[in-house]
Amino acid sequence: MIARRTHEAAPARRTPADETPALALENITKRYGAVDALASVSLRVRRGTVHALLGENGAGKSTLMRIAYGLVRADSGTIAVHGAPAHIARARDAIAHGIGMVHQHFTLVPVMSVAENVALGGRGMLGAARVAERIRELAVRTGFALDPAATVSSLPIGAQQRVEIAKALIRDARILILDEPTAVLAPAETTELLRWLRAFADAGNAVVLITHKLREALSVADDVTVLRRGRTALTGRVDGVTRESLTLAMLGEGATVDQARDVREEATKVGARAASAERAVVYRAQGLTVVDGAGVVRIRDTSFTIHAGEIVGIAGIEGSGQRELLRVLAGRMDASSGVLVRPSRAGFIPEDRYHDAILLERDLAENVSLRGAGARTGTIDWRAQRAVTDRLMRVFDVRAADARAPMRTLSGGNQQKLVLARELQSDAAAGSHAIIAESPTRGLDVRATAAIHARLREAGAGGAAIILYSSDIDEVLLLATRVLVVHAGSVRDAPLDRDAIGRAMLGLA
Amino acid sequence: MLTRQPRLRAVLGEATRVSVLLASIAGLSALLLVAGGYHVGAGLDALWYGSVGSWYAFTSATLVRAIPLMFTGLAVAVAFRAGVFNIGAEGQLLAGAAAATAIALVVPRVGGPALLVVGLALLAAAVAGAVWAAIAAVLRARFGVLEVISTIMLNFVALYGVSYLVRGPLQEPTRVYPQSPTILDTLHLPRIAGAGRLHVGLLLGMALAVIGGWIFRHTAAGFRLIAVGENPSAAASAGGIDVVRTTTRAFMASGALAGLAGGVEVLGVTFALYDNISPGYGYTAIAVALLAGLDPWRVMLTAVLFGGLEAGAGAMQRDAGVPSSLVSVIEALLILTIVAAQARRLRKVHAPDVTFLDVRDR
Amino acid sequence: MSDVVASFLAATIRTAVPLALAAFGELIVERAGVINIGLEGAILAGAFGALVGASTGSVGIGFAAAICAGLLMAAVFALCVIGLRTDQIIAGTALTLLSVGATGTLYRTMFGSSGAALGIPTSALLAIPGLSSIPVIGAALFAQPPITYVAYLVAPILAWWFSRTHAGLALRAVGERPEAAEAAGIAVDRARVLAILVGGALGGLAGGTLVLAQAGTFVEGMSAGRGFIAIAIVVLGRWTPLGVAGGALLFGAASALQFAFQAMGWNAPYQLFLVAPYLLTLAALAGAVGRARAPGALGKALERRQ
Repeated sequence: MIARRTHEAAPARRTPADETPALALENITKRYGAVDALASVSLRVRRGTVHALLGENGAGKSTLMRIAYGLVRADSGTIAVHGAPAHIARARDAIAHGIGMVHQHFTLVPVMSVAENVALGGRGMLGAARVAERIRELAVRTGFALDPAATVSSLPIGAQQRVEIAKALIRDARILILDEPTAVLAPAETTELLRWLRAFADAGNAVVLITHKLREALSVADDVTVLRRGRTALTGRVDGVTRESLTLAMLGEGATVDQARDVREEATKVGARAASAERAVVYRAQGLTVVDGAGVVRIRDTSFTIHAGEIVGIAGIEGSGQRELLRVLAGRMDASSGVLVRPSRAGFIPEDRYHDAILLERDLAENVSLRGAGARTGTIDWRAQRAVTDRLMRVFDVRAADARAPMRTLSGGNQQKLVLARELQSDAAAGSHAIIAESPTRGLDVRATAAIHARLREAGAGGAAIILYSSDIDEVLLLATRVLVVHAGSVRDAPLDRDAIGRAMLGLA
Repeated sequence: MLTRQPRLRAVLGEATRVSVLLASIAGLSALLLVAGGYHVGAGLDALWYGSVGSWYAFTSATLVRAIPLMFTGLAVAVAFRAGVFNIGAEGQLLAGAAAATAIALVVPRVGGPALLVVGLALLAAAVAGAVWAAIAAVLRARFGVLEVISTIMLNFVALYGVSYLVRGPLQEPTRVYPQSPTILDTLHLPRIAGAGRLHVGLLLGMALAVIGGWIFRHTAAGFRLIAVGENPSAAASAGGIDVVRTTTRAFMASGALAGLAGGVEVLGVTFALYDNISPGYGYTAIAVALLAGLDPWRVMLTAVLFGGLEAGAGAMQRDAGVPSSLVSVIEALLILTIVAAQARRLRKVHAPDVTFLDVRDR
Repeated sequence: MSDVVASFLAATIRTAVPLALAAFGELIVERAGVINIGLEGAILAGAFGALVGASTGSVGIGFAAAICAGLLMAAVFALCVIGLRTDQIIAGTALTLLSVGATGTLYRTMFGSSGAALGIPTSALLAIPGLSSIPVIGAALFAQPPITYVAYLVAPILAWWFSRTHAGLALRAVGERPEAAEAAGIAVDRARVLAILVGGALGGLAGGTLVLAQAGTFVEGMSAGRGFIAIAIVVLGRWTPLGVAGGALLFGAASALQFAFQAMGWNAPYQLFLVAPYLLTLAALAGAVGRARAPGALGKALERRQ
């Protein structure tokens, strides 16, 4: 567990109430079409502090910070850095003002070296030796050990994040914005990062930490601001708020107990965990080995059994082999050796639905018909397909005009619900014996997330085997009746315990 | 059930778009004529009577030219729909023309009913086109070669291939002219009565267009092709569709249609093989298909439109001294306008109800 | 025998220079993540521009006009694919069609439909003292029109620029990961427009070379697929300047074989020689693709997340 400020930095904290903020965003407004992404939002980040910026997906956190970093232009509002008005129209301006940003999806060029990535954005001649020297200086200053010559794509995720931070620091960033930095990290790495951020702030800098994890905010931040639907729902010192007040601020007055429960991090288990032994076997793997297209062994000689009605959570650091494991279980990829018994029909909800699950320009009936299209022959009765789609839309609460609406016109949450509806299709003929869901709630708001969770639980209760991967261990713990941890190609059972899973993800016993 | 009103609105919308299109072509032509310093009145006059000014012009010039454009336009539509950028309709047409000529010249020496020979020649044309496309299809599937480049290279190879044939194995007996002997009168495609030089190739093209549109709208195979063209990874992952097989088949079907264009042209219009048998039908086909929104049914219309444009351009060159290459400029500007409008539409989150580039009336 | 070798070398260089210039242009464009199929159109426009420019009597104006014509085509392409976000393949194809139509129309309008050969000045050979007197290779490599020496210089300059300057690094990042470049403060679209313009200028220069340093006249459609071959050369050269230079020389050598064969009295249908570069392109692509890695964002517009 992350101990709350038990480290040496705590005494250095100041409460400089009179001091001008390091970064002040005043009355920022941004509209996309008819939608108010941000409606007169203000944010003041004091020097020497970590400021947590909380909110649901779509609340406007990232947009606000992209404005501060010059990637998005505000319709109105002002920005001041250390009290001086700043005109930030491009990222270059923000960098010049000492602002650095670490994006949720890293902005690194994978095929380039660490040195090249760090040098990116400079002017004039490019001296490899000089860049390498500066990276080594930085390493001494910050404790970040980075090999300037290493290719970024060969680095583990945690190291890539350090490259991102190094990029900002090498340009003398004094104000560091991090967008969901812990989403990709294992628990131990998270602790390390938060500790480093604390020390960075205590040295007189400022940190904005975008997150949706209350625990993180409460453990590391001095100040907290909550955005809800583009407005400031709450702002103040962290000492003055509680977990409950933050939850309420994030979800709004109308939030139900059920929805609040889903964002709660210390998940208390709901529902009885099925006794798996007496259920039918859906998957049986024996000596399973999976080699990917590039010839890399992703899963090595692994054995497990999955029963009907189980919700099996899969945990693992990116690149550990879980991506390939999920695809083999879903029948989208073949095992290289070993025995794998898998059901003939498995529903698959891939992580990147735009890339792997939907036809954005086609209508909803066509998207539903996509399932099994490879094996269909003859003609398609579109009227019947539209009727099926209409029914799925009703049952799964997909908000759209009708089955002829193009997929593009739906919100992300409704698109995901339709994908889920398609893969779960309850009628016996097309029904699935197993559902493989890969980060099914990524990017969705809390209500859509709750709806997806409920559907997965229902399907499990209905006798399907559910296999759920999420980079968020809390989500895994919330739903799973059992957890399999993938580490460096090996798969093993882990107890339903956050710390034990975290250790297993890092390969520690 | 569709109510009457939306359908009426759709028809009106279509009519509006066609009028806007025709007006913009006329305007564009006038503009280019002015820019080139030509007599605008004489130029547009020639464009008019060369294309639709008389029944003879409409049937014997416009529709006759529309036939190869219909086949090649269909070819491009099928390929583009599957996400295959087949720019090689020209080469596939030439391959088809050469194969049809060879069959029509060689088989009668052995004997056999004319109808059978014609059928055989057309079949050979389709096969030759498909084989020519298959080279690029295999290069794409096996080696990841960009089909745009490979098909253009194959166009040049086909061009020089025909050049070799009409000066070598297929040259007429006197060995004076670079062309093949003329095929027997009995093997000519029948003309449509009362319509000048117009031949039954038009009906064949229309039949294929109707069938093609029906396949896209109502069959599992057509849906697979559309799904693969729009998002190959989703088609593979969510639909279990074999993407390589689907694109390869679409590519070869496209080649077969383009090859058929060559066969029909030889048997219906030129009756012999020679250099420049195609004035770039395979390239114009790209404009034909894009303007039709890659919808086979609409290809019938846009093929006639471009057939008229080409016929009119011929008259402009003859009678008003305007270079016929002006048509390429118009075609290119039309393509750019269409894709720009399409890109604009795709960037909008809420697409307008009906657009010109949409197949939604199933 | 050394005569044959010398004339073979000279023919190799002659064919390779316009291909190399165009391929260097496409290399810059593709490293920025854009594929410009309209390169063929830029070459053709450049050739026509050179004709118009040189009809003033000056070779220099001819080359300048060739560059301008290439730039004009590139500007239209940039407007379409960067400004309007149209599909790059279709826009490039349309642009080639536009160039074929426009140069044909203008040529007949300005110089008569007969298309009579025009007397325009051509680039004189410039023998480099010392180097040009090296036996066998000297005359072939160093007694060439000045544009040849320009082509010699482009590859090392480009190689240096890509790896040793921040601007070169920025361009590569734009082609690999535009989002990363943008976050580092690089204006992605501006970088791509500049790359497209430079690529168009080099394409135009290649067309100018065909007219002013080789044919001495303009023929409709005289680019004859060189733009597409140049794109293949970029793939063959694995997106590196020196690789591209090697690829261009390979194509030059293949085309020059016909002179060598003729000199040796070898007989074959002449179409076989004409078709050789296209067949070689196909073979080269089949062999080269898969072993090389294209820029990560090639052909994709930068999508702004909202």
